[in-house]
Amino acid sequence: MIAEPETDTGCQLRSDHDIAASRQLVRKLSQDLGFSLVDQTKLVTATSELARNTVKYGGGGEMRVEQVRRGAELGLKVTFVDQGPGIADIQKAMSEGWSSGSGLGLGLSGSKRLVNDFDIESRPGEGTRVTITRWRRI
Amino acid sequence: MERIPILRMGRTLLVTIQLDMHDAHAIQLQEDLSSRIVQTGAKGVLIDISALDVVDSFIARAIANISSMAELLDARCVLVGMQPSVAITLVEMGAKMTGVRTALNVERGMDLLRSVSL
Repeated sequence: MIAEPETDTGCQLRSDHDIAASRQLVRKLSQDLGFSLVDQTKLVTATSELARNTVKYGGGGEMRVEQVRRGAELGLKVTFVDQGPGIADIQKAMSEGWSSGSGLGLGLSGSKRLVNDFDIESRPGEGTRVTITRWRRI
Repeated sequence: MERIPILRMGRTLLVTIQLDMHDAHAIQLQEDLSSRIVQTGAKGVLIDISALDVVDSFIARAIANISSMAELLDARCVLVGMQPSVAITLVEMGAKMTGVRTALNVERGMDLLRSVSL
């Protein structure tokens, strides 16, 4: 069983509307953290991709956002968790590109390129957890 | 659900996306726009996304599909007003909007439509 994230700042991911809400939340928090417009846009876009995966392929779940610090860097860490069917072959899911049509991995490879850290953990029948972080120098 | 308005200006249809586009809006727009092209016999479609601060792969694909669909219905499509941060993000994530004609702003988009749809 993939553990539920602790409730920090975050939102439920059940619908189209929640995908839009997740974008707005991450936009606001990345603005508050002083990210450049381009960095905000990259993180918000990655959020949108992963939130959609959670809703469409994970059967819904939730997103958690936290501010993190590493030496002279501040970051925003966003975690997506679902208890859906999971991904049997993560490498394959990650390798499928934007043009591959519908299916798993549509947003995975793209969102990985937009963030500094990307971590995915999934077990068939149990769920998926994706964690992304974007950093900036203080 | 709110719909994205489609305005007619002569033989051109003008779509200005003002709201935070949900997936359902993008799908609805494809349907609405294809019927309007057929109804009006429009020769051009101009889509203004200057108000969009995020375009992810789903929306990028929806726009690319709308553009192909317009071409099949004998209308030329131009996408205008993409924000620089959106362009950088799309390129970085590898979202190729192949075949989508673009212009910097509405005015240049209208000029381009005039030159390609005559």
